[in-house]
Amino acid sequence: MKTLQIDVGKCDYGRDCAHECEAACASKVFKCDDPSRAALRIRLLENGEGRAILCDQCGDCVIVCPADALSRNKQGVVLLNKKTCVACYTCVGFCEKHAFERNPEWLLPYKCIACGICVKACPKAALEIAEAPTPAPRII
Amino acid sequence: MGNPYAGLTDYLAFHRAETNYRYRTENHFDVAKLRAAHRLIKETAFTPSLPERGYCYRGLYINIDTLEVKEQPVTQEMKDIFIGGRGFGLWQLWHAVKPSTRWNDPENEIVISPGPMSGITQYPGSGKSIVVSISPQTDIPIDSNVGGYFGPLLKFSGYDFLEIQGKSKTEILIFIDGEKGTISIEECPLEPLDSHILAELLTDMYAESEEDRVNISVVSAGSAADHSLIGMLNFSWFDKRRGCIRLKQAGRGGIGTVFRDKRLKAIVIRRPGVKGDLNRPADFETIAKTGVKLHRELRSLDPSQCVMRRNGTAHIVEIMDAYDLLPVMNFQYGSHPETHKVASYIWDMRCTQRTSDGCWYGCSMSCAKGADGLTLRTGPYKGQVVTVDGPEYENVGGLGSNAGIFDAEAVLELNFYCDTYGICTITWGTICAFVMECYQRGVLNLERTGGLDLSWGNWEADLELMHQVARGEGFGLIAGLGVHKMKHIFAERGWGDPGLLEDIGMENKGLEYSQYLSKESLAQQGGYAMTNKGPQHDEAWLIFMDMVNKQLPTFEDKAEALYYFPLWRTWFGLNGWCKLPWNDISPADNHLRHEPHKIPEHVENYLAMHGAMMGNEITVEDMLNQSARVYNFQRVFNIRMGKGLRIHDKAPYRSMGPVSREEYLSREERYDKQIIDEMGLDPTKMTLEERMAAHRAWRTGRYEKLTDAVYKRRSWTPNGVPTYDRLKELGIDFPEVLEVVRPFLIPDHI
Ligand code: SF4
Ligand code: SF4
Ligand code: SF4
Ligand code: SF4
Repeated sequence: MKTLQIDVGKCDYGRDCAHECEAACASKVFKCDDPSRAALRIRLLENGEGRAILCDQCGDCVIVCPADALSRNKQGVVLLNKKTCVACYTCVGFCEKHAFERNPEWLLPYKCIACGICVKACPKAALEIAEAPTPAPRII
Repeated sequence: MGNPYAGLTDYLAFHRAETNYRYRTENHFDVAKLRAAHRLIKETAFTPSLPERGYCYRGLYINIDTLEVKEQPVTQEMKDIFIGGRGFGLWQLWHAVKPSTRWNDPENEIVISPGPMSGITQYPGSGKSIVVSISPQTDIPIDSNVGGYFGPLLKFSGYDFLEIQGKSKTEILIFIDGEKGTISIEECPLEPLDSHILAELLTDMYAESEEDRVNISVVSAGSAADHSLIGMLNFSWFDKRRGCIRLKQAGRGGIGTVFRDKRLKAIVIRRPGVKGDLNRPADFETIAKTGVKLHRELRSLDPSQCVMRRNGTAHIVEIMDAYDLLPVMNFQYGSHPETHKVASYIWDMRCTQRTSDGCWYGCSMSCAKGADGLTLRTGPYKGQVVTVDGPEYENVGGLGSNAGIFDAEAVLELNFYCDTYGICTITWGTICAFVMECYQRGVLNLERTGGLDLSWGNWEADLELMHQVARGEGFGLIAGLGVHKMKHIFAERGWGDPGLLEDIGMENKGLEYSQYLSKESLAQQGGYAMTNKGPQHDEAWLIFMDMVNKQLPTFEDKAEALYYFPLWRTWFGLNGWCKLPWNDISPADNHLRHEPHKIPEHVENYLAMHGAMMGNEITVEDMLNQSARVYNFQRVFNIRMGKGLRIHDKAPYRSMGPVSREEYLSREERYDKQIIDEMGLDPTKMTLEERMAAHRAWRTGRYEKLTDAVYKRRSWTPNGVPTYDRLKELGIDFPEVLEVVRPFLIPDHI
């Protein structure tokens, strides 16, 4: 399956970059100017450490969705079907990586679709779309 | 307790990963032929609408005799006083019936009412409907809180309740299309009655495409509801992953019997396009945030707390056994050496995992487990492979241990047939336990049962008895009348000592007890018998607080708990919430809070969401008052129908103490110690009979004292009647209410 991965050695966590990845994701994938709407989040913590919140396409959200609105495509990427999603946010609460996003303005939640737009935008080349084995569905 | 199946666990767990939850016998129907036999006898148009801040401001009334279909207003006063759900149901029913109305009179109604919170998808446990009717078992109002998609779909079609009155002369169904705005009443002569088939068939029939099946919900009963007083209603939803319908039950009190007596085969609703904001709350964001918070809590803490997501409510079977609380052999004993055969890890293996099992969208507590791939061994569907909804704790306790049955597959089969036949599993469990004890004690024998060997653990006889009810024959016809009526029949026929039958017949007000042993918890004895509708643990479950944690030492403490919890729990039914996500999960820091047993953070969640829906703010005090209005109104309703007084809150002795010598001896040490500590007597100088008599006097005496304390706390007279002052304080001192209580109030209470 395709996943977005980060090289923590290369990522600058915004010290010297302008969070180009988030801006690109927000504007090109979700068609809005607010970078906080991106499907990935890169944070510089107070202690100087960096933190990246990324979806690794683990598929936990697919299992818990009561509307069967989430499924893997051929590349193994977990996609949301906007027609059948009922905005229950189980996926949001059950994502251990906190990578299933929602915001007060949009009814439907959203997540990373492993499109690679942020990869191209990153000035430090810290992101990549990589192949990883699809994990077996878990009991959650 | 060790795990005697330890070696098997890994093997079964491995196989479970391979479970094909779509593997079941397919039912093939000639839908076109069945539908062609339908005759439309009434069609009415309506304008679908969405609720505003949780309310549609109208209800739907259908008289299936006169075919009158009309809209009922939901007034501000109704909202303020009765809130919704059970409150609306009782208010509508009050106006429909007379004191003389019985369950099978045409004026009796079935009212289905989702509360104002019902239908939100973000907070677990928010899709409930409350069904109200005059019960065939108790002759007073019964209320049942049920999941499935019907209630929310009704609300999103534009109605706060559905009220059905009258009796049809032919077999009919009602179809409400909440998209097109049509209500039709159709004769439907050919469809079979049993719910697992009927609900699936009607889902297929009324869905406009395969995708549309999730937008359909069916209310139906089953063939046993036709021949018994213990019929229940199934509320369906379509399980997309399994590709079949699932059922949740409005079980207690025989509403399914009323349904079938009206010759209703089904009520079908269709309402496509469910989204998370259709209740149109004043402040969606608060509800959304609160919901996500609880989803996270469940994700991180459920595996180490109640494991509801894996085992449903059956996770407590072995806990109940360990605390001597599991009903065994008609509530005689509280544990059994074979409990491990029906304990939670069996259900963990037997229920399909890796799927979503909520009875409404967004219920991430997901207790509505499904056991797939059961091959039936008896009955009309013998040999078929089916999906069983459940088993819940009550089913394991009721259908299993209480009948001395410790065979998981048998429990599943009993569970399946109860559901599809439309009878309540809890009720059936207590009925069977009673007849089996009668069999043990010689009240019944092979001749009297028509050849059924009702020995403890004989699951085949248990199932055969149930099949008899479904076929309307044999001893099944008697069993289907329930424990209360059986006690009288057996006594009248001179089969047994009436005193013994009174002691061991686990019913109060005509309703069978649910599946917990209350002998060592005085508070729970009250929690059962001092309920409005009859002995059901959904008003108060105090056993652990009282007996295990000793948090209720005095009569006043117990009375306070029997004041607070019934009101708190009533509130779920007013709003359309499920009680389980309140305390079957608790926040990590719950133990640090004041009164942790009330789960304060969750109470705050509910108050915040209620406020967010309505656009106001309410306090715990407001919440208690909302419930108290409906609770006291229901008490007065009971009085109006001829019950609801102190005498009707009496409990059978089996719920309080040891009836038989064996029961006493099984806990001799504990009982003897109580004779010393509590009664100041010397058990070594007493015969067994004397010790049993001393216990009876002590136990029944303290129950009376508890009754006094509870009534006082509830502001009721010593006869259990709400006082004039209390009714006035609550704002339900309507003339028609006062008229009911006046004859029972001595002048200084008026
Ligand atoms: S959103 Fe979360 S749960 Fe879903 S695939 Fe991504 S990381 Fe896994
Ligand atoms: S919010 Fe939508 S995608 Fe997420 S779990 Fe609920 S229905 Fe599924
Ligand atoms: S891969 Fe695409 S969807 Fe995912 S974070 Fe990057 S830009 Fe956003
Ligand atoms: S906890 Fe269980 S009964 Fe309650 S709403 Fe959720 S699935 Fe339904």
